[in-house]
Amino acid sequence: MATIVELPVESFEGIVDPDWCPGCGDFGVLKAVKAGAAKAGVAPKDMVLVSGIGCSSNLPGYVHAYGVHSLHGRAIAVATGIKLANTDLKVCITGGDGDGYGIGIAHFIHAMRRNLDLTYVVMDNQIYGLTTGQASPTTMKEARTKSTPNGNVEFPINPIALALVSGATFVARAFSGEPNHMADLIAAGIQHKGFALIDAFSPCVTYNKLNTYAYFKKRVYKLEDEKGYDSSNVRSAMERSHEWGDRIPIGLFYKDEQPTYESSEPVLRKGPVVNQSMRIDKGVFDSLITEMM
Amino acid sequence: MKDVVIGIGGAAGDGIDKSGETLAKTAARSGLYAYGFNSYQSVIRGGHIWLRLRLGEQKVYSQGDHLNALIALNQDSIERHAPEVESGGAILFNADKLKVNIPIRDNVLTVPLPVSQLTKPFAPVAPVMQNTVAVGALIFLFGLDLQASSSVLADTFSHKGKAVIDQNIGILKAGYEYAKEHFVPLGYQWKFTGKRRPYVNGNEAFSIGAVAAGCRFYSAYPMTPASGILTWMAEHSERCGVIVKQMEDELAVANVAIGAGYAGARAMCATSGGGFALMTEAIGMAGMIEAPVVFVEVQRGGPSTGIPTKQEQADLNQVYGASQGDFPRIIIAPKDTADCFDSAVEAFNLAEKYQCPVILISDLLLSEHPETVEPERFKADVPIDRGALIKEVKSNNGFYKRYEFTASGISPRALPGTANGMYIAPTDEHDERGVLISDVFCNPAIRRKIAEKRMKKMDLALKDLPAPRIEGPADADVTLIGWGSTEGVIREAVEQLNASGVRTNQLHFKYLLPFHSKEASDILKKCKRTICVEMNSTGQFARHLRAETSHAVNDKILKYDGEPLEPGGIAAQVRAILKSQSHSLDVSQAEAREIAYHYVRVYLGEEVRPGQIKKADSNGHGEPIWNVEIVNRETGEKTGELHVGVQTGSTYSWQPAS
Repeated sequence: MATIVELPVESFEGIVDPDWCPGCGDFGVLKAVKAGAAKAGVAPKDMVLVSGIGCSSNLPGYVHAYGVHSLHGRAIAVATGIKLANTDLKVCITGGDGDGYGIGIAHFIHAMRRNLDLTYVVMDNQIYGLTTGQASPTTMKEARTKSTPNGNVEFPINPIALALVSGATFVARAFSGEPNHMADLIAAGIQHKGFALIDAFSPCVTYNKLNTYAYFKKRVYKLEDEKGYDSSNVRSAMERSHEWGDRIPIGLFYKDEQPTYESSEPVLRKGPVVNQSMRIDKGVFDSLITEMM
Repeated sequence: MKDVVIGIGGAAGDGIDKSGETLAKTAARSGLYAYGFNSYQSVIRGGHIWLRLRLGEQKVYSQGDHLNALIALNQDSIERHAPEVESGGAILFNADKLKVNIPIRDNVLTVPLPVSQLTKPFAPVAPVMQNTVAVGALIFLFGLDLQASSSVLADTFSHKGKAVIDQNIGILKAGYEYAKEHFVPLGYQWKFTGKRRPYVNGNEAFSIGAVAAGCRFYSAYPMTPASGILTWMAEHSERCGVIVKQMEDELAVANVAIGAGYAGARAMCATSGGGFALMTEAIGMAGMIEAPVVFVEVQRGGPSTGIPTKQEQADLNQVYGASQGDFPRIIIAPKDTADCFDSAVEAFNLAEKYQCPVILISDLLLSEHPETVEPERFKADVPIDRGALIKEVKSNNGFYKRYEFTASGISPRALPGTANGMYIAPTDEHDERGVLISDVFCNPAIRRKIAEKRMKKMDLALKDLPAPRIEGPADADVTLIGWGSTEGVIREAVEQLNASGVRTNQLHFKYLLPFHSKEASDILKKCKRTICVEMNSTGQFARHLRAETSHAVNDKILKYDGEPLEPGGIAAQVRAILKSQSHSLDVSQAEAREIAYHYVRVYLGEEVRPGQIKKADSNGHGEPIWNVEIVNRETGEKTGELHVGVQTGSTYSWQPAS
């Protein structure tokens, strides 16, 4: 493995200041994304941040790198196309829980089963913030929101468990209140060959009065501090993924080495398609016509 | 013009496709032209499949409007199509199982083939191989080239080994020899030039055009009738260097293609109307972030799931209106199979030149009917124009203007991976650098200028596209207007009309957006009487033409029953229009029979079929009715009557014979 040359975090400093609410959890994630990319030694020109729509999906605009601020729920699909077209790029998806676990959940599941080499950071605030506070797919049961004034009657999505059964090969959880820990996880996710999910608790200080910094500070613990926790064991990862109460685990749940989608694509044996000649071989072309005669 | 139309009818699974292909390639290898159309249904086995194959010494532009030979693979096909065979033609069938039990036209040869006897020496013989007996007999009767046909079979079965090849060729020759012994040829003398031509459909031509143009990424979700592109691309992916990705839905398909296009790979995706509906939001994104992507919309009969395996041109409003807001898009409707190749190449160049989505609108007929195309039409060295793609960006303190306001509206494009070119491509409104101006920092001045920048590209693109022109006599009394795949069939209708003394010309549109309003307007002002021919029920193109030119066409010929237009059908309607006859929407006798067949299939079963059909008085139904006799297939004995409304088409009552 090539040695990683860490870059100064300033290389990723964007020119636009975030317009998130003061105290938003996304500030911590932004810091961790830049630090994680720097730590993983990715040059800004080779980094593509892809987001959907939502408060958190504005993140690429605050980073000095390439990026697509795409449609609501479609970031993973756009990222898939970028990665398959140019496998030399590091493609990192940054979005929210509504974007990824609601409207975009089909792409989420399918990207994991393909084990594409993508890093997905979900700023999970358990609410729709940009639209001013409706229930999201991760909103807790009985939580009162603008769209569930009598309390949410639905069970929340469990992204960690979902990722485990969908074939993700790197499954982690982070918390905005621990940006350095998060940066380490993002760096590890970027370096991981395969699909990496980092579900990040990123409290919405304006519309979610339940899942606050204080709420998580009191509960979160790091899996790496747990004696004997084995992140290569999918069963123990599954067990921890269901822990939600007085104690909530963060850190690396599960990691596995599996061939990536890109490594199984014969067309990519000659390198990224963007670097391949656009001219079809004359002999090949003639054979296409002959086979129809 | 000398041509012959061969119909092959049977159930799905009878091997109609293969027999048709053998015959078509036989002709294509000996220098004749071929055009095939398969009316099929989306069932695995059963149903009625009807393949028409038209062969000619000169190019044929449609499946035609006549029938010279029928190969019937089941009794249904004899009942439905034997009466259509024209004088001088022939009906071929397996005499072991089938018989001609209904009246046919004079001077039509019936060719009962003792199939089991003829195939006995080649046993065991799979049921589909029996078709080859009929193919062999037809080759003799219609003067086609037995040698060419044998070579086609040899190639078709090359992967199965010599024994299977010999068996098939043996059966073919047995059919040929039997016909030679018992019948005289029907007098067709062909001039075989020996020029071999590929037998290609529109989906294949699109695919070949795409790989010639350097397409490096293709995504799709299976949907009839666009799936042919996916299967062709998947089969040729490695050889042609195209990443082929089947995605989880059309939302993903469109977005993954946009990602690939943004990253610098020439990207294409295809679907039909329903899938395109799911893609529309993404098409707006491609317009907004100025990503080059080619979208193929292969129309089928709508609305909703509609008639998935039938022909229609009713998605025009959808492609014009796809996605919210104003953004540049180019829409091209290829006019024939060879044009699918050219249009794919054009589409990739236009998409990169104007950095916008290009929509190719095709349809079931164009995409799935095969025809012979001159091999020279397919070229490996097509022009590749990547537009304002830049390899280097000067050091700029992070101020690369991806969306730079330029006179042309086209901004130089750097691909991710380029040093100093970092920018965010946003679906929110943005400034020259891609910085958002969408919400609290909205800026009306920048908004106006970037909106204008994007749309300016359309003015330039219009100059890049050839203007429409009149084909045929300039001072004609009638002008037939069409768009897309109907060019050939309208051309043949124009020929028929001119031959019968109705001076007619043709105005056909391939480039639908941007639209040559001025040029079209100038032409239309000189037309004496315009008739728009379209395959939808509301005249979608006529409406668009009126919006663009303020010319309201004088009349419309609209077909929306799922079957393709026929030249004779168009010509007949034009003559009726000229005689000021209003177009009747009544159920015709042939349609009454089809309605009866539906009733038979659902409620009465295989033992009966429609017999005589007569018009009768209202009979208490408030409209005249078609009185359809239902008879036993074996005995011809009447089993009852079905009453079908002449105006409404309602199936009123079934009265079993007492």
